[in-house]
Amino acid sequence: MLKVADLYIRYGYSEVIRNVSFEIRGGQITALLGANGAGKTTLVRAVNGTIPITSGEIGIDGRQIDSMTRREIAARIAVVAQENETRFPMSVFEFVLAGRFIHGGAFGWEGDEDIAVARKALEECDLASYETRFMNHLSGGERQRVVLARALATGAKILLLDEPTANLDLAHQAMMFRLVRERCDNEGFSAIVITHDLNLASEFADEIILLKQGSILATGAPEEVLNADSLQEIFGVRVLLDENPASRKVRVTTVY
Amino acid sequence: MKKVYQARTEKKLRPRSFSRAIQVGIVLIVLLFIVLTASTLLGSERLPLFDLSEQQRSIFYDVRLPRILLAASVGASLAVAGAGLQSLLRNPLAEPYLLGVSNGAALGTMLAFIFFDRFEFSRPVMAFVGAAVASFAVYQMARSRSGMNVERLVLSGVIVTTFLSSILVMMTTLIDAGKLRSFTFWLLGDLSQATRNGFYLSLGAAIVGTVVLTWQARALNLMMIGERDAFDFGVEVNRVRWLVFGVASLVVGASVAASGSVGYVGLIVPHLVRMSAGSDNRLVVPFSAVAGAIFVVSADTVARTAIAPRELPVGAVTALIGAPLFIYLLRRGS
Repeated sequence: MLKVADLYIRYGYSEVIRNVSFEIRGGQITALLGANGAGKTTLVRAVNGTIPITSGEIGIDGRQIDSMTRREIAARIAVVAQENETRFPMSVFEFVLAGRFIHGGAFGWEGDEDIAVARKALEECDLASYETRFMNHLSGGERQRVVLARALATGAKILLLDEPTANLDLAHQAMMFRLVRERCDNEGFSAIVITHDLNLASEFADEIILLKQGSILATGAPEEVLNADSLQEIFGVRVLLDENPASRKVRVTTVY
Repeated sequence: MKKVYQARTEKKLRPRSFSRAIQVGIVLIVLLFIVLTASTLLGSERLPLFDLSEQQRSIFYDVRLPRILLAASVGASLAVAGAGLQSLLRNPLAEPYLLGVSNGAALGTMLAFIFFDRFEFSRPVMAFVGAAVASFAVYQMARSRSGMNVERLVLSGVIVTTFLSSILVMMTTLIDAGKLRSFTFWLLGDLSQATRNGFYLSLGAAIVGTVVLTWQARALNLMMIGERDAFDFGVEVNRVRWLVFGVASLVVGASVAASGSVGYVGLIVPHLVRMSAGSDNRLVVPFSAVAGAIFVVSADTVARTAIAPRELPVGAVTALIGAPLFIYLLRRGS
């Protein structure tokens, strides 16, 4: 679905992304881990065409991203990023419907299908009763879920999630990942998730990419990549690894 | 206590159903017709509804009607320009005047007046050029490597506005004293010089502006949330930005050339529309056009009648109504 090859991004003299190559297949969650400033957000922003690349290739469904229009890219990739507040009164439902932009023509009003899709997305994100609430009256976590609902409402099959759980409580962190997991398992979605929560990554991701100073340090299944050496190298902290007794996945515990 | 208050404001602002939008639309159109009719009858000479004498006919057709229609199209133009710029810049306080677009157009008109006085159409053309140059200057000043920052843009607008104001004031010294008073009037917004051509141009610009901005309304709805959001969700941000700046320059240029800088219309009207019909630009833009026409026609009627037979500049009236209302809205909004 998404292929990145020999990617370099330079800002002036500093090389932010160096020789990055990876591939995302349908049904797969890829977690992007790395210290602050490792280039995670830059990489994700480049993938959807926001940041110009210096060299390399980014292809979606076999087409090069630089030959695609904004609309074509948005039809395939939906972004969940930290939300900036709008100064205009806007209801949750209007906000989610705005995600259907690519499906409407000129002067277009949303049709029954758009409304049904938006309602479903709101329900899935545990927001059914929020339709008429105003965006600027919501808490950070609630807004974050609305942003996810908007991304789901687009119908794009590739989700880019930039720290989607940063403002969420425990229950909604799990909800968000479970929702993404379900879409990947049942509807052929794929997702790239930037997160600092190693255990959530281990629990839900099929593949982990460890990014260090703009290049890939390691990539592979969570149990292969998450080890004491690699985490020491990336974060500079000592960790203990064992098995989560409930899920049998790798569990990471920081030693303070 | 706080919760109760919040719930109440939410209910008051809760909009957005289609029937509500239709209600607001109908009210606006009815109001427009009432205001248009009333304003044709009122004036230094009161006209009857039927059986006009020859002289009254001539007042109606040659003086009053062109002026009222110009007022309507100027009002529509300035209101849609305000609505478009506010969404584009994500700032409900953005307005053609605040961003220097109006002053750019005023300077263009003044240059045309001084240097190309023989060509009537040089004024709107130069006004458009002036408005476009001013928006381009503001945009270039506000741009930075990390993209466009709203605060920076508004500050740049203030700088361009004051810079152009000082040039305008200096240029008034080039004008002979006899014309000075009419010029001062015109700078404040003055509809008494209404001409047929000025009206046609302004009407054309208002229609083009309303149609183009309504056509881009869905994109503007996303821009209102954030430029990056708009980009992520499929909006060609650069194209929309230039389109909005272009349309704003066009409508503001045509308005200013015909009637000077009528202030506050682009600020107040979209605000009131959003309060009654919600923030969706597919409604805000066309409703602002109608409401802007109502607002300026009413203000001009006051300007014509308040101290008849003498007149006030319409811009002074809109500012007189607009400024306190704006402060009220601002306080209530926060």
